[in-house]
Amino acid sequence: GQFLGGLGFVMVEKGTSLLKMMEISVAEAEKRTGKNAVNMQETYTVYLIETRPVDAASEGTNPVPDSLWRRYSEFELLRNYLLVTYPFSVVPPLPEKRAEFVWHKLSADNMDPDFVERRRVGLENFLLRVASHPDLSSDKIFYSFLTEENGWKETVFETGFQAKADSRLKALNATFRVKNPDKRFAEMKHYGDELQSVISQLLRVRARAADRLYGVYKVHGNYGRVFSEWSAIEKEMGDGLQSAGHHMDAYAASVDDILEEEEHYADQLKEYLFYADALRAVCRKHELTQYELEMAAQDLTSKKQQREELATGTIRTFSLKGMTSKLFGQETPEQREAKLKMLETQIEEGEELVKERNAECEEFVKSAWVDIERFKEQKDHDLREALISYAIMQISMCKKGIQVWNNAKECFSKM
Amino acid sequence: MSASVVDNTVSSGNSSVAIPTDISGQILDLDEDDELEVFSKDTSTTQTDGSSFNASMQTSPASMINQYKFEEEEEDADTKDIFVTVDNPESHVTAIETYITYRVETKTTRSEFDSSEFEVRRRYQDFLWLKGRLEEAHPTLIVHPLPEKFVMKGMVERFNEDFIETRRRALHKFLNKIAEHPIFSSSEDFKIFLTAGSGELTSHKKQGPGFLSRMGETVKAVAAAVRGVRNRPQEFTDMQEYAEAFSQKISSLDKVTQRIVREQKEYLEELKECGPTYALWSQSEQELAEPLKNVAGCVDNCCKETEEQVKHLNDHLIPVLHEYVLCADTLKMRDELDKAEDRLEWANNALKTDWTRWQKVMRTDLRSAFIDTAERNVSYYEKCLAVWESFLQSQRTDAEGNGNVDSS
Repeated sequence: GQFLGGLGFVMVEKGTSLLKMMEISVAEAEKRTGKNAVNMQETYTVYLIETRPVDAASEGTNPVPDSLWRRYSEFELLRNYLLVTYPFSVVPPLPEKRAEFVWHKLSADNMDPDFVERRRVGLENFLLRVASHPDLSSDKIFYSFLTEENGWKETVFETGFQAKADSRLKALNATFRVKNPDKRFAEMKHYGDELQSVISQLLRVRARAADRLYGVYKVHGNYGRVFSEWSAIEKEMGDGLQSAGHHMDAYAASVDDILEEEEHYADQLKEYLFYADALRAVCRKHELTQYELEMAAQDLTSKKQQREELATGTIRTFSLKGMTSKLFGQETPEQREAKLKMLETQIEEGEELVKERNAECEEFVKSAWVDIERFKEQKDHDLREALISYAIMQISMCKKGIQVWNNAKECFSKM
Repeated sequence: MSASVVDNTVSSGNSSVAIPTDISGQILDLDEDDELEVFSKDTSTTQTDGSSFNASMQTSPASMINQYKFEEEEEDADTKDIFVTVDNPESHVTAIETYITYRVETKTTRSEFDSSEFEVRRRYQDFLWLKGRLEEAHPTLIVHPLPEKFVMKGMVERFNEDFIETRRRALHKFLNKIAEHPIFSSSEDFKIFLTAGSGELTSHKKQGPGFLSRMGETVKAVAAAVRGVRNRPQEFTDMQEYAEAFSQKISSLDKVTQRIVREQKEYLEELKECGPTYALWSQSEQELAEPLKNVAGCVDNCCKETEEQVKHLNDHLIPVLHEYVLCADTLKMRDELDKAEDRLEWANNALKTDWTRWQKVMRTDLRSAFIDTAERNVSYYEKCLAVWESFLQSQRTDAEGNGNVDSS
């Protein structure tokens, strides 16, 4: 496995092609200014992606890693490409675009150095997740994202994924009802909804609690100030008060580190908040696939029925042609012949389409379900680790508290 | 007629003016340059025997001072011979009012008490009366404050359980401070307060302010009459400056502590929502259900601990700080006497001794209150630590049970 800078342990599969070959990291962040698409000056942040062959370290040499700079929007482009190209994969999410679930001390400003730092870590995490994914890691576009600074964008657009993306998006946004929904996927989608809802709630509540905890610790700093002032007017009590005051200051200051660590925990939760979205997207795509299959099958059935009616002369289904022929007289045998022939062709094509779509659906279900199972295992592992690290954080906080108050008690005893 | 005994003073001057037993209607005739010797006279026929704690006019002031010092040293030894408790609040409803009485139980070996055990019921008014009497009789000494007469803002009901308990504790402390005070504890009013039946107390109260309060008033009048900066002893000035500064600091501490309690309560409100959220999440999960439920339990436990810690602050540290805020107010109000310092040098020694004693008591009280708070905070963190460690333990055993290695 690999320990990913600050975000804890990410389960990495052995035999993953890319990570076996190279080390990947997002080492730095920098501010840049430039002209944007509408020729206006803008400030943005770029991130340094470093890659290095895995065996370099073992050879004893330490070559300079290859590196290139990318901005957040390029990461977004990469992800959109992956979403369209691997619709059956639960594609790892990016760190949030804008700071959300902030508590008062945290800045909601994208240029804030703390936010940028946490985003850097999140982007690295994203790359490592993709690089350890059985399907995504071998993608050529992904590889060139990591290795080719110039012209990458053009390469992506050349794949034509944009068009697919647009049509998919349109279809997904339209409302449709699947007649025979796959129960497993329906449950998964429901789970995705619940996960998103509950993690949002948890993040909100946690942020508010963090805000309050900050207040509690900081007010103790006032003890420090008052003790110090008070010690100046006392004789015997002076020393004890003064030193107790220092401990109160230390106590007040300790909350900054405590809450910074908790932010990492919040980031781990956020990742899975966004993962829930990715999961739901897969389920939605499955629905679409299923729907398209059903539509094709429906269409085929209706064409077959039309053929039967035409052949036997019975009208079982209502059709305008049927009505007009009834009203205006029967068709000629030649006309009927022509129609039948057309229908036959259509039915052949229809059967092909149904076969195709059926295969697509089956393929999708198979691949998606494999990835969903993989995702479930990963999620269970990661979140359990996150809970454990949260407990460890709480323990550390308690230990600090015990130390400070024991020290304070000693000082008070000297009063 | 009763009067508190013991406010004998030292006359550093040569002339002393004997105070007639009854000065009702008379104003003390003082020459500005005369030293004033003021002492109380107990004219009650029920004057108890002249025990070492009971001063009388016959005792010379010089020996009084020695006695005073002796008593101060004795305080620390196991010679405590009077134990007072205030408990058992009870509500009384009459046609006109509802009020609370408290049981005051006294156990003593002092000879001036007729018996060794007493039990009476007293209401807040009675405590107020006692305090007033002591202040009148000893305007230069520091009387420990009583809890406030009126409800503090934010309280809805005077008879709210917490309020009654807080008040009971404060009243208990008040009486004990009196009992521990070398001069106050020999006060006749104090004795009556502890021992008299309600009828007896009422009639005792009705006997008017008496000689001594007139004396106190007169002292104050004299003090007010003497203006101007004379050779004020430096110590006294220091004392008053200290009183002012101390008052500021202790008020600040009181405010800071109240703010901490408020912040803690708000933190608790938010924290209370975390546990249920984890529990809710566990319902959607399978593998994760157990650790999530576990975490929910841990957070809930920490909530309970936080709640108790806040309660402790509220019940222990805040009342003590508050007491000393009131004390500091008392200290500051003695400034009037400051101006009469040259006139009333008799006050100097008794005052200084009382002042030293008060400082010592203050130091002890505040030190133990802070130590107590620190210990409670340590205990709070220790309990929370145990909660989270048990969670870690459960996850480790789980992991080992499943054949996985926990890589945390």
